[in-house]
Amino acid sequence: MAKVHVATTINGDAVEFLCEADETLLDVLRDELHLTGSKEGCGSGDCGACSVMLDGRLVCACLVLGAELGGRAVETIENMADGEVLHPLQRKFLEHAALQCGVCTPGILVAAKALLDKNPEPSETEVRYWLAGNLCRCTGYDKIVRAVLDAAGEMRGELTHAE
Amino acid sequence: MPNDVKTGSLAPDKKLKWVGTRPLRPDGVDKVTGRAKFGADFSLPGMLIGKVLRSPHPHARIKSIDTSKAEVLPGVKAVVTRDDFHDMESEFVPAGEMLVNYRDMVRNVMAREKVLYDGHAVAAVAATSNAVAKRALKLIEVDYEPLPHVIDVLEAMEPDAPLLHEDMITAGVEPAPDKPSNVAKVVEFAIGDVEAGFAQAEVIVERTFQTKPVHQAYIEPHACVASVSEDGQAELWCTTQGHYVVRGHCARLLGMDVSKIRVTASEIGGGFGGKTVVYLEPLALALSAKACRPVKMVMSRDEVFRASGPTSGAHMRIKVGATKDGRITAAEADLKYQAGAFQGSPVQPGAMCAFAPYDLENVKVVGYDVVTNRPKVAAYRAPGAPISEYAVECVIDELARKLGLDPIDFRLANAAKEGTRAAYGPKFGPIGLVETLQEAKAHPHYTAPLGPDQGRGVASGFWFNIGGETCAALNINEDGTAALMIGTPDIGGSRASLCMMAAEELGIDLDRIRPIIADTSSLGYTFLTGGSRVTFASGMATIDAAQDAVRQLCERAAKIWEIPSDAVEWEDGYAKPAGANAGDFEPMSLAEVAKVAGKTGGPIVGHAQINAQGAGPSFGTHIVDVEVDRETGRVTVVRYTVVQDAGKAVHPAYVEGQYQGGAVQGIGWALNEEYIYGEDGRLENPGFLDYRIPVASDVPMIDTVIVEVPNPRHPYGVRGVGETPIVPPMAAITNALADALGIRFTELPMSPPKVLEAIGEAAAGG
Repeated sequence: MAKVHVATTINGDAVEFLCEADETLLDVLRDELHLTGSKEGCGSGDCGACSVMLDGRLVCACLVLGAELGGRAVETIENMADGEVLHPLQRKFLEHAALQCGVCTPGILVAAKALLDKNPEPSETEVRYWLAGNLCRCTGYDKIVRAVLDAAGEMRGELTHAE
Repeated sequence: MPNDVKTGSLAPDKKLKWVGTRPLRPDGVDKVTGRAKFGADFSLPGMLIGKVLRSPHPHARIKSIDTSKAEVLPGVKAVVTRDDFHDMESEFVPAGEMLVNYRDMVRNVMAREKVLYDGHAVAAVAATSNAVAKRALKLIEVDYEPLPHVIDVLEAMEPDAPLLHEDMITAGVEPAPDKPSNVAKVVEFAIGDVEAGFAQAEVIVERTFQTKPVHQAYIEPHACVASVSEDGQAELWCTTQGHYVVRGHCARLLGMDVSKIRVTASEIGGGFGGKTVVYLEPLALALSAKACRPVKMVMSRDEVFRASGPTSGAHMRIKVGATKDGRITAAEADLKYQAGAFQGSPVQPGAMCAFAPYDLENVKVVGYDVVTNRPKVAAYRAPGAPISEYAVECVIDELARKLGLDPIDFRLANAAKEGTRAAYGPKFGPIGLVETLQEAKAHPHYTAPLGPDQGRGVASGFWFNIGGETCAALNINEDGTAALMIGTPDIGGSRASLCMMAAEELGIDLDRIRPIIADTSSLGYTFLTGGSRVTFASGMATIDAAQDAVRQLCERAAKIWEIPSDAVEWEDGYAKPAGANAGDFEPMSLAEVAKVAGKTGGPIVGHAQINAQGAGPSFGTHIVDVEVDRETGRVTVVRYTVVQDAGKAVHPAYVEGQYQGGAVQGIGWALNEEYIYGEDGRLENPGFLDYRIPVASDVPMIDTVIVEVPNPRHPYGVRGVGETPIVPPMAAITNALADALGIRFTELPMSPPKVLEAIGEAAAGG
C-alpha cells in the first residue's frame, strides 16, 4: 500500500513526511523525524512515556496515527526549553533529583507542563492524579511531585527553594 | 524537612566540600530535554529491523522449523534459528548477583530441542522495515509437539510433574537422586541445633507463605543495534547494566573473540537487575553477521513481560521460636523458589539473607531451585532477599505480638550487630541495623495516631552489597579540567556521585569534571551496575585514579621546582612544597601544572584497575501505615518512612531516591503485582494495564532517614544503598494489615479481591 503524505507542524516548524497507514505518531516522531525524546514504554497508552501535545491537548503519541496529523500541531519534549533556558519544570526536576534513569522524564515533563498550563496552583493530590498516566519505576514519585509543586510555585512568582 | 540525614561517627581529616552535598547531575540536562540516547534511540545508515518469533506454547518439542518462505520474502535479509547457534557446555559463571550457564543461556536466547515457556524465542528475522519483518515472522512454519506444562512451584516438585529437562538431576543432595526432576538444586545453611533451640522456646510461630513472580518493570524495553562488518568486527549499542558482561556473553554464544566485539552502553531506562543478561543482543549480532548490515531490535512491552526475567515466585515455610522475655532460640526456613524455564533462581541469596538481621544461635535454612514453564528469572533488586525476608519478617512481627512486645524492641533484642556471626557464615563488621531500629522508634511516624481502618507495620531488611572488578581513568586536560572514564552504566545518578568523589580528591570544582561511560574497547573490564556496587566500587576506582593523577601532578610540580617529589603535597587543588621546602615556592594549581604537562613529561592520566573488596552490608527498617477500604478490599498506603544505613551518602538526594523508589516497588509487589497464567500456560497480563505497577496517585510521599554508619573499607565510608530498600516493604505492609484488621495475610499480592475475601471470612468466622 502506498504511503500517506502528511503536512503538519511539529514544534512550530512546518514538516512533511510519508508514513504507512498503521504507523503511529510516535513511530513518525522517532523513526521518520528522529525526534527520539518521546519514548515507547508500552505502545498501548499505559505508561505515558510518549506524552506529547496535539493541538494543545495531552496525548500518548502511541495512540495517534501519523496519518491523522495533517494540518495539526504537535509539541514534543524537544521544544520545551526556550533556547538555552530550561523550562522551570525541567530545572526543578534537576534541582530535586526527580529523575533516576530518566526514560520516563520527557513524558512526565510534557504531562506536568500540560497540568500547569491548565491549573497553575495544583494541590499535591491534583498533581498525583494528573500524573497517574505516567509510569515511573525508579523514583517512587516523591521527588517528581515535589518538583512539579515547586515549579508551579516559582511560575506563580512565589519564593521557593529546593530541598 | 521530611528527609533527614543522621551523620555517623566518621571523622574525616578534612572538611568535605562535595561529598554529602546535592549538586545537579552532570547528565541532567540531556535527560530533561529528550537529548539523552536510550537503547531504542540509536540508528545507523542502512539499518535493518530485527524481530523475534516467539512460542505460543508453554512447553512443546520443536519438530521442525521451516524458514524458506520467510527467506524469499522481498526485504528479508537474514533469518536465524537454533541452527545458527552452537551448543554449549554446562558451565556456571557469575553475572550480576546470579550465576549463568551457557548451555542454558544459548537455549534461552533461542529455543533448541523444546520451547519451555510462552514467549520463548524460536526464530528471528532482519528485514528492511518493521512491516516486512512482521510479515516474515508469519511465514515461518514451526511444527510443535505440545507437551504437558507446569506453572506452579509445588506442582513442579511432584513426582509425576512434566519434566522440563529430562536430564536434570538435583544437585546438593547426598546421595544423588537416580531420577530426574524439576528440582535443580538444594542448598542448606545451618548453625547450632534448631531442635534444641525450639525445645527451649516458650512461643513458636510457624507459617507458610506464597509469593508470585513479579517483573522489574523498567519503563524502557530491551533494545540494541548490532553492526558486524565483513571481516567479523562487531559493534553493539545496547541498553544494559553491564556492557562488558554483554560482550562476554555474546562472544561465548557466537564463538567470537572478545576483542572483536565493542559494546557501547546506551543510557539505560531502568534495570533493577533485569538488564544484567542478554536476550536480543546475540540475535542482533547473528542477524547482522548474516545480512552484513546493521540490525536494530527492540522488544515490545508484551515481549518484555513474556520473555525477559521476572523474579521468582515462591512457597515458603518459616518457623521461629522465642522465650517469653523476647530472645529468639531457633529459626528455620524451607524456601522453594521458581527459577522459570532454566535453573538459577535466587534461592541461594534468599536462603543466606532470610535471618541475616538477627543474632541467632540455632538456624536452619533449606532452599530449593525449581524449574517451571515460565520465563527464566533474572536478578531483581536484592535478588531472593525480598522473598525470604518478607516471610521471616511477618513471622517476627507475629511472634512479637504474641509475646506482647513492641516489634521494634523485639528486633532490637535480637538484632545483628558488629561481631554477630551470620547464619551463612561470616561475622559482620560495623553495621547499622540497631541504629535504623532506634531511629525508626524515635521517628514521629512511629507514635503518630492512626485513623479508623488504619494499621501500622514495621519490618527490617538486609542485603550484602558487592564490590568486584572495576576500572576508572581520569584524564587531566591541558586547561585543568578533567574527563572521568568509568565502565558502569549510570542508572540513577552515579555519574554525579563519582564525579563528586573525583572533585573531592582533586580539589577542583565539580563542573570541571566531565564523566563518560566508556565503551568496552576504551577502558578495562568492569563488572556490571548491580549489587549496589557502583558508588562503592566505581567510587573506589575513581578515588584511586584521582590519587594516581594527584601523585603525577605532585611529581610534575617537584620537577618544576627541582625538589624531590615526596617534598610536594596536594591540598585543595594545589601542589605545595612541603617539609624543608615549605613556603619556598608559590603553590601551583592543577590547571597550572596541567598547562605545562607537555614540558614536564607528557599527559597526566590517573588509572585504576581494582577488584573492590569490603562492600559493607546495608540494613534498613521501614514503617508503614495502611488504610483498608472494607467494602472493596483496596489497601492504601497512607504514610511511609524508610530508615536505612548508607554508610556515607555521597549525594543524599539520590540516596533518598533509592530509598523511595525501592519502597514504592515494594508497595507494588505487596499489593498489586503478579504474573497471572491461564490454564493454557500463557501469560494473561503481559502489559502495564493488567500488570499494574504503582502510579503517582497510589502512593504518599515517602519519608526517608539516612543513617550513616561508615563502611571502614571505603575511603568515604560508602555502602551500597540501591537494593535493601525493596526488602522490607512487603512484610511491613502485611504487618500493618494485621494491625488494621487482625488478619495475618500469608500470600502476595494482597490485592483487593484477596483482602475482601479475607475480611469476609474473618467476619463469618468471628
